[in-house]
Amino acid sequence: MRSDVSQFDLTAPETLDAVLTQLAAEPGKHTPIAGGTELMVALGIGRLAQRSLISIQHLAELRFIRVEGDAIHIGAGTTFTDIRRSVDIARDLPLLIQSASWTGSVANQNRGTLGGNICNASPAADTPPALLAYGATITLVSTTGRRTLPYADFHLGYKRTALRPDELVHTITLPRTFADYRHYIRKVGTRNAQAISKVALAAVAKMDGDIITDIRLGAASLADRPTRCTAAEVVLISQPINEDTIRAARAALASEAKPIDDIRSTAKYRAAVAENLLEEFLRSLL
Amino acid sequence: MTSITFTINGTTKTIDVPPMKRLLDVLREDLHLTGTKEGCGEGECGACAVLLDGELVNSCLVPALQAEGAKLCTIEGVSTEGRLHPIQQCFLEKGGAQCGICTPGMILATQHLLDKYPNPTMEQIQEGLAGNLCRCTGYMRIFEAVQAAATITDPELAGTSR
Repeated sequence: MRSDVSQFDLTAPETLDAVLTQLAAEPGKHTPIAGGTELMVALGIGRLAQRSLISIQHLAELRFIRVEGDAIHIGAGTTFTDIRRSVDIARDLPLLIQSASWTGSVANQNRGTLGGNICNASPAADTPPALLAYGATITLVSTTGRRTLPYADFHLGYKRTALRPDELVHTITLPRTFADYRHYIRKVGTRNAQAISKVALAAVAKMDGDIITDIRLGAASLADRPTRCTAAEVVLISQPINEDTIRAARAALASEAKPIDDIRSTAKYRAAVAENLLEEFLRSLL
Repeated sequence: MTSITFTINGTTKTIDVPPMKRLLDVLREDLHLTGTKEGCGEGECGACAVLLDGELVNSCLVPALQAEGAKLCTIEGVSTEGRLHPIQQCFLEKGGAQCGICTPGMILATQHLLDKYPNPTMEQIQEGLAGNLCRCTGYMRIFEAVQAAATITDPELAGTSR
């Protein structure tokens, strides 16, 4: 059943400050909308619960990619196309380029934003595994100021985040310290374009000979939210890669994974494939 | 209702519409430009693709208000003075169009692709059209049409999407 669009309101205040003022004046009443690739789908099928929306799509203040010292700052309104065009991101954060390239199609990438991907908070979203592997931080803004937290702490549960109703995501910051790391990402779905992941794993690791000196793993669809796989990381740090450590890492990943059965896949398949992806990455390091 | 002004196929229009009305419905119902089709209505099939400030977008996912001040190009704006655009001509000659529902979106996706990559590889063609579903052709004739269109350079028609 299609929505009656006359029942919905949408405004586009000219500045970020004006948007924040409106959000603060009536917390929870208004929902920000950027590229619309999620909310407009809900509207189309008559399932958009929010009646009052505020467009942030036109805010140049939220659309930037800046390199500063050891970090890259990406504005929440940056589109997937912007990310794919960035030579700085391609050089320092190739996993983010890869994940942006298989988010929807070109038309969706021209509209969808990094901030929207995060705030929509799907456990299957494409960019979170890369952001988790790279140890991103996230800066939230409101009329009362800014706060920055580790991105790993942003997702609180299924489609629940640390974002307050009066806040917007402003910046996602990623370290540029992975030049001597090995990078890995793989999405398993029915196909790359358009399809939503059954499971995905992003990983970076630093090696000293055959010893893993640092490793970070981010996964999609292994829990009710995008997750960093710390149990598997712990059993691998300072270890050589051999049959024993691969087995231990698989077991650790299985212990922390809490996938579900749904229309796209089963919990059993997801857990097995996640272990296989981890093993594939570890063997590629040898 | 909100007053919205944009340029559509070279003509400036001002219309009063609910601000959350889908651009697709504005095009079809308010402007009677029915060349833009609705397929899935959820951004997966590309039948409603148009160019917004030169970027390919699915018009079913664009609220009308976000088109304020934009330059829009729909399938009606692709041909000039009754003359088919080379992309349209190539789709016609190569059998890239059958039932026609996906064709407007395919043509605009092709135009966007060729704006970015004037000499696209097969991989670039496949990725550029991955958001446009066709249930008739099996895609091969569409790819051939795009390859053929890429070989035609006509300065008179360059930049019609802008």
